[in-house]
Amino acid sequence: MRKLFSKAVIYIILTIASIIAVFPFIWTIIASTHSNSQLFNMNDTFLFKGNFLANLENLQTSMPIWHNLFNSVFITVVYTVLVLVVDSMAGYGFTKFKFKGRNLIFFVCLVTMMIPQQVTMVPLFIQMTKFHWVNSPVAIIMPGLAGVFGVFLMRQNFETFPDELIESSRIDGAGELRTFISVVAPAMKPAFASLGILSFVAQWGNYMWPLIVLNSTKSYTLPLTLSMLIAPGNVINYGAIMVGAVLALIPVLAFFLIFQKNFINGMMSGAVKG
Amino acid sequence: MNYKLKQRLAPFIFLAPFLIIFAIFMAYPIAYSFVLSFTKFSGGSFSFVGIRNFKYLLTEQLFYQSLLNTFIILIIQVPIMTITAMIFGSLMNSALVKFKGIFRMFIFMPVLIDAVSYSIIFSLFFNSNGGLVNNLLKNIGLPSQNWFGAGNLAMIVIMIAITWKWTGYNSIIMLAGLQNVSKDLYEAASIDGANTLVQFWKITIPQLKPVLVFSVFNSINGTLQLFTEPNLLTQGGPANSTMTIVLYLYKTAFKDFNFGVASAGSYILALIIAALTLIQLRVMREDKA
Repeated sequence: MRKLFSKAVIYIILTIASIIAVFPFIWTIIASTHSNSQLFNMNDTFLFKGNFLANLENLQTSMPIWHNLFNSVFITVVYTVLVLVVDSMAGYGFTKFKFKGRNLIFFVCLVTMMIPQQVTMVPLFIQMTKFHWVNSPVAIIMPGLAGVFGVFLMRQNFETFPDELIESSRIDGAGELRTFISVVAPAMKPAFASLGILSFVAQWGNYMWPLIVLNSTKSYTLPLTLSMLIAPGNVINYGAIMVGAVLALIPVLAFFLIFQKNFINGMMSGAVKG
Repeated sequence: MNYKLKQRLAPFIFLAPFLIIFAIFMAYPIAYSFVLSFTKFSGGSFSFVGIRNFKYLLTEQLFYQSLLNTFIILIIQVPIMTITAMIFGSLMNSALVKFKGIFRMFIFMPVLIDAVSYSIIFSLFFNSNGGLVNNLLKNIGLPSQNWFGAGNLAMIVIMIAITWKWTGYNSIIMLAGLQNVSKDLYEAASIDGANTLVQFWKITIPQLKPVLVFSVFNSINGTLQLFTEPNLLTQGGPANSTMTIVLYLYKTAFKDFNFGVASAGSYILALIIAALTLIQLRVMREDKA
């Protein structure tokens, strides 16, 4: 009897927690079909209405939304691919080779992990201006690649990779890069998946740095577009913003639902190991 | 090229792409920012002003307020979230629960949404004219509130929003930690007659300590760099009552173009974070000893 009672309590708490966690997602989708007045009307809160296309139309006229969506996809995909290449190579270089100054260089990199992004924001902005990168996707991608977290994560994973396999590939006459690409990398799929997922989600939601270096509406990423639409002083069409929010949600949500288990493990990979 | 030389160059082929990018976009800006913090930017050029930027910040009321606001959020929100996450983690780990995967999936979801979208959604929930929260309050006979009109309420909204987004993530971290605790420990304790609460204090908490430390310091770090939520929900208002450190630095740099002061302030933030990181390493080491 007591067991049944605790079981019931646990289920109730977890169900309420789940509802609270999921509700804003569902509400966003519902609200994207609302007009401004429906959105603030209690009786319509949980009802789908027919204004989705009108809201989309409105969104398209107030912002180059498809451009912005493309920018987001382009920046996120290119960034994620480059992070995987650059950081896995560096992680491998730090783990499987011995050279003078290795520990010192790695230590310097690690120290910068402690330094908040705000320290570099002013000099990086000046740099971007000098490079004429303001309003360009490169201004988001390149500085992002300087982050050390991915190198740290890959290095941790490479440590467990057996040296004998690398050695035997070398004896077979394969070059270093060849060994890396055809022997080491394929065995590291889970690590690549983790880093890829983390980088994708972080870049997709990136806000502060794009806010600083992207200032023409055509160069905006989705989060930036949404933040501009709600800026005070404008006539705000909430339904249109909710359509934008749905556009921002779809890729991450789809990704998550398809690869749920890898996804959670990936997002956690920085956590429990550290 | 002879074999030996090739061997010596190999690591640099792998490291070069990263190290070059790191040098240009990380190491150099960090050093540059340090130099900037001793300069004043005006009329398109920088002039050396010694430690005047730091002196200015240490006497500037708004900077203090932003520090204070950030620490208030930190002191209230982080413990509430950590305890909630620990409860959810333990419940999901309970042997009584089936469908763990489904609960885990739902509770984890808020971490996926981008910071801008969820800030906008929460600003709509707490809208004073017909937002969902006020409508609910009205329905149960309570007065509606002007959530963004009063400092305390605006702070509460920000804390609720962050808690919604990050509790799930921390719950899953706790769950992962709990799954690593050996069941034998609990069995032995049960045989010795320890009840659930005693077991929680004597087994769960100590075993969970590394994960707990990570979760807490990670949350502290995130809160210290809070920007998107206050920028979109309150713009730091009303009357700067939700101004956070990073929002202050952002406005100083890119609204007032006080590059020197912003750099100096960012170094003060870096010092605070460095101090906390050292404490974290200390706590972790004690744990290992």
